[in-house]
Amino acid sequence: MAKSDASFAGSQDLPDGVVATLAGEIDYSRSPGLRNKLLELVAAKKPARLVLDLSGVPYMDSSGVATLVELFQAQRRANAKLVLFGLQPKVKGIFEIARLNTVFSIAPDLEGAKKA
Amino acid sequence: MSAGHAQIELRVVSKPDYLAVARALVETAAQKMGFDAETAGKVVLAVDEAMANVIRHGYGGKEDQPIWIRIDPIKDEGAAAVQFVIEDQCAGVDLGKIKSRPLDEIKPGGLGVHIIQEVMDKVEYRRRDDGRGVTLRMVKRLVGGGSQTGEK
Repeated sequence: MAKSDASFAGSQDLPDGVVATLAGEIDYSRSPGLRNKLLELVAAKKPARLVLDLSGVPYMDSSGVATLVELFQAQRRANAKLVLFGLQPKVKGIFEIARLNTVFSIAPDLEGAKKA
Repeated sequence: MSAGHAQIELRVVSKPDYLAVARALVETAAQKMGFDAETAGKVVLAVDEAMANVIRHGYGGKEDQPIWIRIDPIKDEGAAAVQFVIEDQCAGVDLGKIKSRPLDEIKPGGLGVHIIQEVMDKVEYRRRDDGRGVTLRMVKRLVGGGSQTGEK
């Protein structure tokens, strides 16, 4: 895995979509690679439900948030869902500061994300 | 860079990989200067956003340009505070164009300045005294009388 892709730790199919696991600090050095991987995943799988597991992400900056906003818009255009779960305190913090905590569908855990 | 003796100072080149180095320094310094972990985390985010803006917009992605960070405990209008100064040698930055965008439009990008303004109590951009680059001064007050040593 290229260094720039290191934030993408893999994916797993769901009956109605896919779970992508992200890992590590997502900042300006890593978000371009992550963006490419996630957009490739969405283009390949066209998931009705895209779930992002953020439980392994201790930090995210606005470039990471911008990547998620782009995915949110892509899923919305496709009439599909994007659900996040496992937000750690610092990641929750940036969503609150950016007033995006009420825009994204955020579940407490994977089971909740499958039903959201 | 401008004269002065900051209590903590770091010079780093504009390589995105080194943002993590600056974050580690700022987080430790902020906690040592009296911020709780949650506030220190927000301060780190603001400084990270400021540096990423310098790299991306100021230096256009060039990875060998200097960025300085200076951190000092200060008194701000009588209140204990910490000052974070980011300096660069970016040419041609229009300070009038550095502003936050409305958040009601959901779109990627443009959040960095909003985050800085939301987290910090004071944010001031100005040209460096030698005319080469920009100085960003950010002040965050310690709320609740956190212990602080070495105020100026």
